[in-house]
Order: sequence, then structure tokens, then C-alpha cells
Amino acid sequence: MSKNTSTRSNLPNNPSTPARFDLSHSELKYTAKKLRRHVITMIAKAGSGHPGGSLSAADIVTTLYFKALHHDPKNPHWPDRDRFVLSKGHAAPILYAALAECSYFPVSELATLRKLGSRLQGHTDMRLTPGVEMSSGSLGQGLSFGIGIALAGKMDTRNYHVYVLLGDGECDEGQVWEAAMFAAHHNVDNLTAIVDHNMLQLDGRCCDIMGLEPLADKWKSFNWHVLEIDGHDISQILPALDKAKATKGKPTVIIANTIKGKGVSFMENNVDFHGKAPNAQETETALKELE
Amino acid sequence: MAAEKSTREAFGEALVELGKENPNVVALDADLSRSTMTKLFARQFPDRFIQCGLGEQNMISIAAGMAATGKIPFASTFAVFASCRCFDQLRICISQPNLNAKIAGTHGGITVGEDGASHHAIEDLALFCSLTAFTVVVPADAIETKQAIKAAGNTDGPFYLRLGRPAVPVLYTEDYRFQLGKAVTMRDGKDATVIANGIMVSRAIEAAKQLATQGIDCRVLNMHTLKPLDEDAIIQAASQTGVIITAEEHLLHGGLGSRVAQVVVSEKPVPMAFIGIKDVYTKSGKPEELLQQRGLTAEAIASAVMATIAKKQSK
Ligand SMILES: Cc1ncc(C[n+]2csc(CCOP(=O)(O)OP(=O)(O)O)c2C)c(N)n1
Ligand SMILES: [Mg+2]
Repeated sequence: MSKNTSTRSNLPNNPSTPARFDLSHSELKYTAKKLRRHVITMIAKAGSGHPGGSLSAADIVTTLYFKALHHDPKNPHWPDRDRFVLSKGHAAPILYAALAECSYFPVSELATLRKLGSRLQGHTDMRLTPGVEMSSGSLGQGLSFGIGIALAGKMDTRNYHVYVLLGDGECDEGQVWEAAMFAAHHNVDNLTAIVDHNMLQLDGRCCDIMGLEPLADKWKSFNWHVLEIDGHDISQILPALDKAKATKGKPTVIIANTIKGKGVSFMENNVDFHGKAPNAQETETALKELE
Repeated sequence: MAAEKSTREAFGEALVELGKENPNVVALDADLSRSTMTKLFARQFPDRFIQCGLGEQNMISIAAGMAATGKIPFASTFAVFASCRCFDQLRICISQPNLNAKIAGTHGGITVGEDGASHHAIEDLALFCSLTAFTVVVPADAIETKQAIKAAGNTDGPFYLRLGRPAVPVLYTEDYRFQLGKAVTMRDGKDATVIANGIMVSRAIEAAKQLATQGIDCRVLNMHTLKPLDEDAIIQAASQTGVIITAEEHLLHGGLGSRVAQVVVSEKPVPMAFIGIKDVYTKSGKPEELLQQRGLTAEAIASAVMATIAKKQSK
């Protein structure tokens, strides 16, 4: 695909007109792989972090930043930008990788993840990192935060859309359902929730830790518009994002069926790699698989 | 090299022992049993382990209900979530009715390290000390942790136990006898007293050793029980040494320093200094780097002792 610099030049100069990366399907696939490689390299270098939930979200985050979102890396505080709220803040590495490849900050800075003095904190920090919309790390709060941004946008008659990425384990938190009830009651239709449904949380499989199913029916009964997709298939992610944005009168949730650790064979569906860095050997193997 | 072990690991093992001794002991966890080490209890007593999923507030109120019905619940999660996230549940469901529920907060303090500000528990002790019915214990090593867990299980009433993530030096031998509410004199001295708890105890001992080479004879107290405080030990230290320095892995507000100062000021005013985290959210970094950055070191304690002794002499 074209280099980072040339995708940047796709952006209009005037930030008051919608600014958007506009990668092709094959470019998106290539970029997702590149971001996955960053995730592995960064976490290995840091010696700690959460690879599993970063890799499961890679295709969603790539499609958002390199296709769906209106944003301008030169102007991270552009008031009309679409917002991406990473509620599952432990997946910060995939967000940092996307932001770096969009030129919010140099790609070389990814090597500072989790280090003393770095702008790239273990969990997201909206005051430190350009492009990060929410400080998180305590799960269950991002949907409420996103609703706040969406409501403020409506008050100011701004046209931006808010996307919130939640973990499936995170949906155990009561606050998620307080927010779900609220968003439907208040017709917060300029917000889309995406659940990274990778079937694993920290202690094990969601079905063993806290049964979530029927997850789609739960959201439906909370009066949400519900879409279910394969969260690794860009040809399903894009139309779902379009449909979500076009749906008026109620919020949409996209339940993205994913695989935790996707792209690295020994991390896939392996709860041990929820929050563990790969060692040198594992890093080498992982990077080879992601070539 | 002294042996090292994390206090969360010691907690996990002690909980299993307590479970063997008392069938009423149950454990609850909120999707962190692999980290808090309640997984050991879960393995041994699957029927007495309650997996609450990612729902800390729900867990605390469930624990309260079990305590109201004669169980001895140990509810465990990271110290940040146990305190900040569940404060109203702790207050209404456990503290006000004075129920026999035990809260074990692991990954306390800033030695969680790389996870960053959201995961650094620097206000948990202030919050738990403000819950009037709670006994609050901050063990210094693995051996003290084991005995503190047993004491909590065998003493009626709500407890908060603050435990740590990284391996820390083992300070005691097996013949150590933990006494709730009784400070331990780790080293006697007449020129100044350092009162510490948790990981700061070993650093205070190190500081006292450094000071000894300069002819300063420094007492070190391990104030493992933060609430109720051992007021007698504090008053004695103030009277006999005339200088008090506190050292804690916590904000300076509402923790050990604040609580000791209240006793000193009202009973036996002497010059004091405070080692702890100053009104700031700490960021990602290696545990030792963060401790250095925030002045939670033996060197910082030693220089605070020297400076405060100078104040005493100029009085
Ligand atoms: C309130 C809160 N409780 C506990 C944790 C510790 N924790 C971090 S990630 C995680 C599991 C999350 O599972 P899920 O939401 O499914 O994320 P993913 O599988 O996408 O990594 C837990 C329990 C936390 N960060 N916040
Ligand atoms: Mg999950």
C-alpha cells in the first residue's frame, strides 16, 4: 500500500470539511497486519501489556481510523471530529499503533510504551497522548463517557459521530447497562457501541466467568439497534459502521465476533495472553506469522 | 540475598489454610483470581469460591449478604477497584451494619508499575480508614501477610487488607507473632523514629542502617495496623526519640502520615516529616523507577530523618 505519508496527503487541507483516510479494502487489510506487528513489538519491548484484546480489535480499529472516522491528525482537537472512545483501555497498544500510523505522533514513539516519562501510558490518558479521547483503565465507564460526548454534540448541533469500543467481559459491569438504558431512552443515535466479542475475559471464558448470552437479545431488549458481524472481516465491518451511522432515533450496537489474540497462532483463544508480554522467541514467531 | 515473595501470593496461600480451618470462609473475586491469587482457594474449594465476573460493586454487596448470614467472605480485587469503585457499597452494606466481611485489595500502591495511573492505588487506605467500622492492615512481608489474613478471619468485623503485586523482601521468620493493633519495633533507637508500613518498612530499616554509620540511632516501627493505630507506641516514640518520620506507599493525605500526626499533635508534639506521594497521579514506569521518582526510598527517609533531627535541635 501507499506509505503513511501519502495516505496523509489524502486529507483535505481545510479541517472544517470532513477529513478522512480513505484506504481501499486491501490497504486496510495490510494496515491491520502492520498494526498487529506494532502491538507485538511494543508489548514485547515494554515487557508487559495486553496483546490478546489488542489483536482482537485490530481490524475494527483499523477500519475506523483509516476509513470511517472523520478526523485530522494535524488537528487532534478539531471540534467536529468523530470520536473513538476506547472503553477497554487495556487495549491501548492497538489504539497507539493506529494513531501513530495516522501521524498523530511518530511511529518511533511506540517503542516508549509503558516506560517512565512516555506519552504512551499502560492505559489510555487523554491529557498525554494526541488523539486519545478518554482516560480509561477502569472498565465499564466508556459508554457513559461516549454518551456525554454525543449529547454535547447534539446540543452544539455538531455532526460528529461517537464510537465506543467495549470488551465482552467489560459488559459484566452494571454501569454498561445503566448507560445502555440511558442511550436508548434519550435517543442517542449519534453514538455507536462496538462490542469486541472475543469470548474471553481475564480469568477465563466469558461463558464460565459470567454468562453474557444472549448478548444481542439483551441489547435489543434495551431498545438498541443491533448488528452482528465477523469483527475480522472488513467487508462486514464497513457496511455495519455505515448502517449504524445511518440509523436514526436509536443507538446502534455492533456485536463484533472476534478471536482474542487474532493473527498469532499461539495467542489465539489463549487466555494466558490476555495480559502477558511475549518473550523473545514468541515475539519472533509472532512477527513471522504477521508478515 | 534475602528471600522475596509477594504479599498477594502469601494471601492466596493463607486463604487456603484459613479455608481448611474454618468451613465458613468463602472467597469472592471479580475476574481477577489469576492476579489476586484467590485462584488457589478456587482450586481447593470450588464450592466456596464465588466468581463475580467484572462486577466489583455487585461482589461487595453479595459479600455483605453472605456475612449477614454467617459466612466469612473474603472479597478480592485490585486495591483501586476495591476502594474507589465500591465505596458506597462498602459504606452502606458493610461498614454501617458492621458486618463480618473481609476485603483484600491486591496490587496496592504504585508498585503496580507499568499499568499506570488508573491502576495505582494511592488513596485506598484513606478511603478505608474513613469507613468507621473497618480495621485496616498493611502487611510488610509474606509472613506477616499470612498471619494478618488469619487474624482477619478469626476476628469479628470488617477488615481491609492491602497487598502488593511485586515480590518484596521477607523480613520476618516463622516464629514472628502478628498482633492486631500492635506496632512492631523492627529496630530500637533513641534519636528519631521512622514509622512505616507495607513495602516502606524494609526501606525504613535500610535507612536506619545508613544512619547508624553516621552515628544516628534510629528506631523503626512497623505500623502494620493502620486502624486502629497503636497510639501508645507513637506517644512513646515521640517522648523517647523526639522526632517522627512516617513512610508510606500512599498519598500523604489520609493515610499513615495523617493518622500518626493526629496522635503526635494532640498527645506529644514533636517535629515530624512525611514520606509518601504528594498530591499527584503517578504514571507508567517500572516499580523501582516510580519509587525513586516519588522519593519513596531509604535515601529519602534517611535525609528526612537528618533534616528533622536538625529541627528538633534548633528548637
Ligand atoms: C473495573 C475493572 N475491573 C477489573 C479490571 C481488570 N481487568 C483488566 S482487563 C480485564 C478483562 C477484560 O475482559 P474483556 O472486557 O473481555 O476484554 P478483552 O477480552 O477484549 O481483552 C480485567 C478483569 C479493570 N481493568 N477494571
Ligand atoms: Mg473479551
